Formats: sequence, C-alpha cells, structure tokens
Amino acid sequence: MNAEQTMTNTVIPEQRQVSWAVSFQVSWAGIRRRFFRSLITMSGVVLAIAFLTYMQVMNDIVRALVRADDAVLNVLLQQAGVDIYAGDAPDRMMVLLIVLSLLACLVGIINSMLMSVTERIKEIGTLKCLGALDGFIVRSYFIESSVQGVAGTVLGCLIGLAVAIGVATTNYHGYIAANLPVLSIVRSLTTSLITGTLLSVMAAILPAYIAARKQPVDAMRVEE
Amino acid sequence: MKPADDIIITTHDVTKVYQLGAEQVHALRGISLDVRRGEYLSILGPSGSGKSTFFNMVGGLDRPSAGSVSVDGCNLQELNQKQLAWIRCHKMGYIFQSFNLIQTMTAVENVALPRIFAGESPAKARAAAAEILDLVGLGHRLTHLPAQVSGGQQQRIAIARALVNRPGIVLADEPTGNLDLHTGEEIIQLLADMKKQLGITVITATHDMKMLSASDTVVWIKDGRADRIARKGEFEVAIGTIDGKTLA
Ligand SMILES: Nc1ncnc2c1ncn2[C@@H]1O[C@H](COP(=O)(O)OP(=O)(O)O)[C@@H](O)[C@H]1O
Ligand SMILES: [Mg+2]
Repeated sequence: MNAEQTMTNTVIPEQRQVSWAVSFQVSWAGIRRRFFRSLITMSGVVLAIAFLTYMQVMNDIVRALVRADDAVLNVLLQQAGVDIYAGDAPDRMMVLLIVLSLLACLVGIINSMLMSVTERIKEIGTLKCLGALDGFIVRSYFIESSVQGVAGTVLGCLIGLAVAIGVATTNYHGYIAANLPVLSIVRSLTTSLITGTLLSVMAAILPAYIAARKQPVDAMRVEE
Repeated sequence: MKPADDIIITTHDVTKVYQLGAEQVHALRGISLDVRRGEYLSILGPSGSGKSTFFNMVGGLDRPSAGSVSVDGCNLQELNQKQLAWIRCHKMGYIFQSFNLIQTMTAVENVALPRIFAGESPAKARAAAAEILDLVGLGHRLTHLPAQVSGGQQQRIAIARALVNRPGIVLADEPTGNLDLHTGEEIIQLLADMKKQLGITVITATHDMKMLSASDTVVWIKDGRADRIARKGEFEVAIGTIDGKTLA
C-alpha cells in the first residue's frame, strides 16, 4: 500500500494531463445532467442561427426563382416585395440585423458561462484538490460550450430551414419544388453550422480561463 | 535534512497573513508541529482560531506567508504547480465540512475522479471506486446522485473519494460540522477504522471536543498559535469537557 512508501530523496513527478477523450467522458455527465440549464444557454444560439439560416435560405430560394424567369412567378415575386431587377446586391439592413443577432448570441453565451463559473467555484476548487490541472478545467469548459453550441446550431439550422421552406411554399406554391436550389441551400447550412460552432467555442475562451484561475482553497468556501 | 522515519509531516514556524483591504489578518502566528506516520491527529480550537488556514497549508492547498511545510521530507514550497497537483492527487485525500461532492456526478463517478486524474482509464477507475464504496458501506448506492442520499452517506462517499488513490494522508476539516451527533460519531469511527485498515495518517480539524475520541494526538490552536499538544493518555475526554475544562 502507498501509505508505506516514502518520498524522501525522490523527485516529485509532475501531474500529467488527462486525454481529451477522458476529459470529454468526465464532462459528459455534467452536460447531460444539467440539460435544462444547457437548454437555456442554447436557446440564444438556436434563435440566432435559425435567423441566420432563414435569411440565407430565403435568399437562395428567391434568387433561384428570379433566375427561373417565369411570368406568373414574377408576379408572385413582386407581390412578395422582391425587386426582380435588383440583381444580387445583399440587403445591408439584413446583414446588419444578422451580425447584431450573432453578437447578442455571443454575449449571451459568455454571460451564462461566466455565471456558471461563479456558481461552480467550489466545484472547480474541489476538482483541483483531487488532482485536476488548469488544463482540465479549461478543456471541460470548452467541451461544454462546444457541445451546447453544436447542438444549438444544428437545431437552429433545422428550424431556420423549415421556416424558410414553409414561408416560400405559401408564397410561391408549387414553383418551389421545381426550382429548389439544393446546392446553395447546402452551402448556406454549412455557413450557419460553422458560424454557430465558432461562436460557441469563442464564447468559452474567457469563462474557461477565469475558471482555470480558481484555486484549490476555493473548495473551502462556505457560501453555496 | 532527513526527517525521522516516523514523522510524515513537519511544519516549521508556519505563518499566514491575509490582506483584507488595508487591514492585515494574522491567521497563523507560527505553528511548528510534527505529525507521526499513521497517527490520528485532531486540531481543536474555537471558530476563527486558524484551523482551516492551517489545514490548507498542511494540505498544500495554499502557501504560507512564512515558514515551511514538509511532507515525507519534501518541502512543499519548493514544488511547482504540477508537482503540487501530483501530491494532492496521490499523497493526500481531502474531506470537507460540506462534503464537496460534484452534484452532477453519481457516487461512483465522484469517487473515480482522483484515479482518472492519476491517469487511469475511466472504466478501471470506476471499478476501483465501486470497491472502495463497498468498503465504506455504500456498495448499494453506487449510481445515486449526492442529492439522493443522506448527509452521512454523502460524507461516506467523500471519504471513499479521499481514499481511492490510497494516499498516505487524509485531511478532514470539520468533517462532522454538517452532521448530527450520532452520524458525526459514525463518520469519526469510519475514519478511525480506515486509519487502522489502510495505515493512513489522519488529520482533522474540529471545534467539537465530542469528536476527539479516536485521536492519538490533540493540538489546541488559539489565535493562530499551537497552545498545547497532548498525546493519547495525556488528555481525557468526557462529555462536554476536556481535562475538566470546557472549550471557549
Ligand atoms: N481568505 C481569507 N481572507 C481573509 N481572512 C481570512 C481568510 N480565511 C480566513 N481568514 C481569517 O483568518 C482567521 C482564521 O480563520 P480560519 O482558519 O478559517 O479559522 P477556523 O477554521 O479555526 O474557524 C479568521 O480570523 C478568519 O477571519
Ligand atoms: Mg474552519
């Protein structure tokens, strides 16, 4: 038994970092059991990404319909307020709205992760008492934020896509099926996926480093 | 300097000053103490006397303002962060007043953590955790969350977690502070049993002299100083008093 070993005259080794895979397994329990809390954090991502996806997909569809250049369709397009002679110039107002919604989403995630650092100071201190290194704490925050971010993004993409196709179908009826621009929609979804994931990972940077700076003595805090 | 083999921890003139704004709080005013290998040492003192601060220094959780702490002849001040983390993981087990279990993890997941941090695979770590949970009498509560068991059971889980890496030293700060008298006595008894079975050194801090029954040594701390040190046989524990004195 180790209790009998002595460390006299031996060099103390440095604690080794656990692998990403193991970090993920350990973090997973928390993510799963804090599911409802995660849902609230995620809702910001879901909404922002749904909005981004909707705007892109709607734009893809309208452009495909304009290209079809059908007399009846052009009337429908004009009724829906589309300037069919405007070409591809992006709507500045829309770009601004999208950027703002993404920023609001970023700040929202950072805020809720900072709150969870404050709530979990004692837990972080305890983990350090048990032998966790700073790197483990950093990783677990990145893993949590990424998992939430990817899940929220996928959900947001699906919602945005569904709403865009629904709205387009009510406006343009059967023309949608005939002129669905699958390729550009896939490209738009990819853009949304990458944006949402990057956003969530970026949002974790500050909270993760603040969390890692907590000390083992923080395990002794009395307030809960 | 080679310590005598039966001394596991030596503190030399350990001082801690907290800076609270402009004010200095002298939490420890120089404590020198030898802890014998395999003994059960209790630190006794009123609230605010510096027990937890001393516990933090001995456990390598915080650095003293002056003085030194040696564990098995190794001066903790000379270690870097990663070496200290190694010591915390392999050589020390910590038990807290409020149990400090990870609320989102089951009993077995909590107890497996120190082994995972030591580099073991999660599956093996959980097997070892289940074994030690059985040893502390919780073999039937492996997949319960902390909130689903009683306070006494939570502290048993915490004890299992402190022991799972087979550390040489277990540190417990007010381990019975959140428990009723009967449950508290059971926890002290469990610590004493584990000390005997596993040959560990146990250091506890308490302000409750009813919890001294298992102690081999009692250190009285007052205002950040070791006021008195008594080995077994040199003090008598009676209900409500010690050596006929009541504690302030
Ligand atoms: N982090 C801190 N900052 C400032 N003062 C502290 C801190 N921790 C403890 N103290 C002070 O140090 C003294 C000893 O505290 P502590 O070690 O917690 O005593 P005990 O555990 O015996 O109740 C007290 O006066 C307390 O207010
Ligand atoms: Mg205390």
